[in-house]
Amino acid sequence: MKAIDRKLVRDALQMWGQLLAICAVIGCGVATFVMSLSALEALRTTQGTYYDRYRFADVFVGLKRAPNALEPRFAEIPGVAHTQTRVVRDVTLDLPDLDEPAAGRLISIPENGQISLNALHLRSGRYIELGRDDEVLASEGFADAHGLHPGDKVTAIINGRRKDLRIVGTALSPEYVYTIRWGALVPDDKRYGVFWMGRRALAAAFSMEGAFNDVTLDLAPGADEQEVIERLDDLVRPYGGLGAHGRRDQISNRFLSDEIRQLQRMGTIIPSIFLSVAAFLLNVVLSRIIALQRDQIAALKAFGYSNLAVGMHFLKLVLAVAVVGVIIGSCVGYWLGLRITVMYTRFYKFPMLYFAIPPKVALTALAASSLAAIGGTINVIRRAVNLPPAEAMRPEPPASYRPTLLERMGLAGWFTQPSRMILRHIERRPLKAFFSSFGMALAVAILMLGRFAADSLDYLLDAQFSLSQRQDLAVNFLEPTSMSGFHDLQHVVGAMYVEPRRMVPVRLRNGHLQRRTMIQGVIDDPQLNHLVNENLQSVPLPKEGIVLNSKLAELLEVKTGDTLSMEVLEGSRAVREVPVTGLTTEFLGTFCYMNFQAINRLLGEGDSLTDAYLKVDDSRLEEMYRRLKEAPRVASVTIKKTSIRSFRETVMDNMLQMQFFNVIFACIIAFGVVYNTARIALSERGRELASLRVLGLTRGEISFILLGELAVLTLMALPLGIAMGWLLVKIVCSFLDTEMYRIPFVVAPATYGFSVSVVIVAAILSGLVVRRRLDHLDLIAVLKTRE
Amino acid sequence: MLRTADSAAEPPAGPANAVYQARGITKTYHMGEIDVYALRGVDLDLYEGEFVVLLGPSGSGKSTLLNILGGLDVPTAGSVNYRGRNLMKDDDALLTGYRRDHVGFVFQFYNLIPSLTARENVALVTEIARHPMTPEAALQLVNMDHRLDHFPAQLSGGEQQRVAIARAISKRPDVLLCDEPTGALDINTGILVLEAIQRVNRDLGTTTAVITHNAAIADMADRVISVADGRISSVRSNTHKLSPQELRW
Repeated sequence: MKAIDRKLVRDALQMWGQLLAICAVIGCGVATFVMSLSALEALRTTQGTYYDRYRFADVFVGLKRAPNALEPRFAEIPGVAHTQTRVVRDVTLDLPDLDEPAAGRLISIPENGQISLNALHLRSGRYIELGRDDEVLASEGFADAHGLHPGDKVTAIINGRRKDLRIVGTALSPEYVYTIRWGALVPDDKRYGVFWMGRRALAAAFSMEGAFNDVTLDLAPGADEQEVIERLDDLVRPYGGLGAHGRRDQISNRFLSDEIRQLQRMGTIIPSIFLSVAAFLLNVVLSRIIALQRDQIAALKAFGYSNLAVGMHFLKLVLAVAVVGVIIGSCVGYWLGLRITVMYTRFYKFPMLYFAIPPKVALTALAASSLAAIGGTINVIRRAVNLPPAEAMRPEPPASYRPTLLERMGLAGWFTQPSRMILRHIERRPLKAFFSSFGMALAVAILMLGRFAADSLDYLLDAQFSLSQRQDLAVNFLEPTSMSGFHDLQHVVGAMYVEPRRMVPVRLRNGHLQRRTMIQGVIDDPQLNHLVNENLQSVPLPKEGIVLNSKLAELLEVKTGDTLSMEVLEGSRAVREVPVTGLTTEFLGTFCYMNFQAINRLLGEGDSLTDAYLKVDDSRLEEMYRRLKEAPRVASVTIKKTSIRSFRETVMDNMLQMQFFNVIFACIIAFGVVYNTARIALSERGRELASLRVLGLTRGEISFILLGELAVLTLMALPLGIAMGWLLVKIVCSFLDTEMYRIPFVVAPATYGFSVSVVIVAAILSGLVVRRRLDHLDLIAVLKTRE
Repeated sequence: MLRTADSAAEPPAGPANAVYQARGITKTYHMGEIDVYALRGVDLDLYEGEFVVLLGPSGSGKSTLLNILGGLDVPTAGSVNYRGRNLMKDDDALLTGYRRDHVGFVFQFYNLIPSLTARENVALVTEIARHPMTPEAALQLVNMDHRLDHFPAQLSGGEQQRVAIARAISKRPDVLLCDEPTGALDINTGILVLEAIQRVNRDLGTTTAVITHNAAIADMADRVISVADGRISSVRSNTHKLSPQELRW
């Protein structure tokens, strides 16, 4: 090894504490990057492969009932490769381990096992047998949630009659990677299950022999999806078609794709922030290392080392730190990424999982870290090598100090000599002091960034479930039901207040922009279903017109006062121009609202409801559930408390896991920054402080000078950090905004407190380390050599 | 080329033997908030193989002069020729090459790299030189071959300075420039260091310039150039050179 490289290694070993701190910061940035992007890549590859291998359809449409004779017509649509018709029906399930009714979806499959689209992956048991009318395959999530195995039975209410379905196997389908009911906010495997049943048996049970009510297609390469959707709509319209849609509006796929999109953004923005902090830190540390090695640089240049050689010398140090950081970060990131991915598979159900760190992710991490490190230090290095050697050889002239502003204002008497030293030192190099403070402020900011998600989600739950949706439970009917269903509900034991609702699938259009969604009919002066704006004030729902949530309005590019074309996708298939009368703020989904009577008028039917919100008497809940199970038209019951719990267990759990890692990383970074600030202050002022010790100052007194400065810098950093954190959180919130859910911009006082506390604790611990070193200052050695 | 003490009394005349020819060197620079006039029009010649002492009080400008000769600094005005090459015309890269190939430096505060051993400090230079001696041979010349693997912190001041001299001469430089090499040392240690310098000058024939404010050292030189207030105040040749052991201060 060359002598100059040996110097590098020994210098690095000498500063191992500081360098390790920087490695850790870089490692944290790389770890979040690798974690997010490897999880992203795993989800993306797995999704793609799964869809491909199991022939996930491209276009979907539901309808009322069409004869099998119509089927060949679908294949004639240009661009359609394969078609598959099915019978799909929603039923109520009566499960012994559940008081309330649950919802089930029955989907027909060919008895011969030749599924052309949306193929099933058998997880346990066997495929159904020909000629048995009670055999089903159950979705794995549902079977697991209830501890059901092949051979067990489930009771479904089919046309008012109880029918036992015998589970012969469990399966996964690309259509139900995320098994969630339309209109629900979160998946609930306990209360929603998908069952695949022989076509003949299913058709017989629902009097659908020789007919179908569901079509899926896949497209030939290069086909125009929109064109196919329109032709398909034309074909099924006479048969009660509910509006065809592509994968984008397929609910499971939409959730999964949204998740992937969000992960991608997370994987870019947070590591960028962490790496910028690392670059900043490297800059600060290196510039001070170089300042302390002034005379060594001069000597090297005097011997004839070129500027390039001296520059490379320091650049190697920087790159070594970056490479070590990348290696540590990649290993940690790989491990975390695997954990996160496995966690995703708890509610995104795949038959297989492809997990690996893609080489491009590792290389990008390396390139980004190296660039950040070089970018952060290149100016310092350039300044160092450009220093004329003769000048570098001379000791730096005594720094010019002057009384601080406070002293000039006549407050000199207030300060002791050591306090004056602290203040003058800070005031003399305000920019340097600012950068030290800025580093610590960044630590506060990323701590806030790491922790705010829980605050936002708490707020989201509160806004969604305490303010907007005030029901205790929602009852969903199998199909639109006349008002007598509503009156029945009013008389069910335990019902204290019932509010009818009407949900209708619609397609909204504004010029070329269109969106398929559910319009919700809400009665006048609703007690349980409040619409609120961003300030949580109530938004009135007039007799005519439509109220959109602001995300939907943004997607359709409309605002209050504009007009939309609304196509009702069932019943009358009416198309109307409707004015937008208001916008609501909701953090989940893309919903819209209309007056209950107005919707029913539009449908051209008498008043009917699809579901109802209830306030209930908790003490009579069990009896109520029993009655609801028996009610023929009731499909399922959604209990708010359960929804909240499952939201916490799925979306939140996942977010919080990520957040947990980010908080740990942020803590490491905070310590790295503060510790470095303290160590640098020590190396810069060690000699001065040793002189003071020689003059008779105690250890406590010199510690006060150094640690007092650290304390002042820390105190200045806190408000700045809070402001920066606030800004970062705001930016991240806007990045994480998707159709499925938005992250409200909320930072709880506890998060401010936590972030500030971590930095203060880091400052105290770093102070203690420095204090220990101050206690062991070698007075003689320090005074013998020149600066 | 070997030279004896006798023949050094009369320096060979004529530009052919001049290693350095400096004319009208002026240097001003800013230090803190004040402008410093370090040199005010200095003319100077240094000849092949001679041992010159530049004598003057601190602040007289002698260090600046040495730095300019060594290519560490450039004058504000004037010209410097090294063996007919105009150093004023050289850019930074050429000056770096000049230092690397021709000049050996010894500094008052040694400027050893604290993280490298004696041997490694010398290797730092031998690794980039064209025809270096081995670090061991260089250290042997200054009688430091018994402390090859000691770090600077484990060496006394005199030992550190001898390592610094070994480092400077290990590349077989054409000129050896020493800035107050004994300034931080006591007399006995200082003599050891001066002996090392003298041996290099005598045995290797390296043109040597030593800066000092210590008039006693002047007695071992071929020529003594006194510098005061940025100008050369006098030049004298020693008819009788003393050996370092005979010096007293």
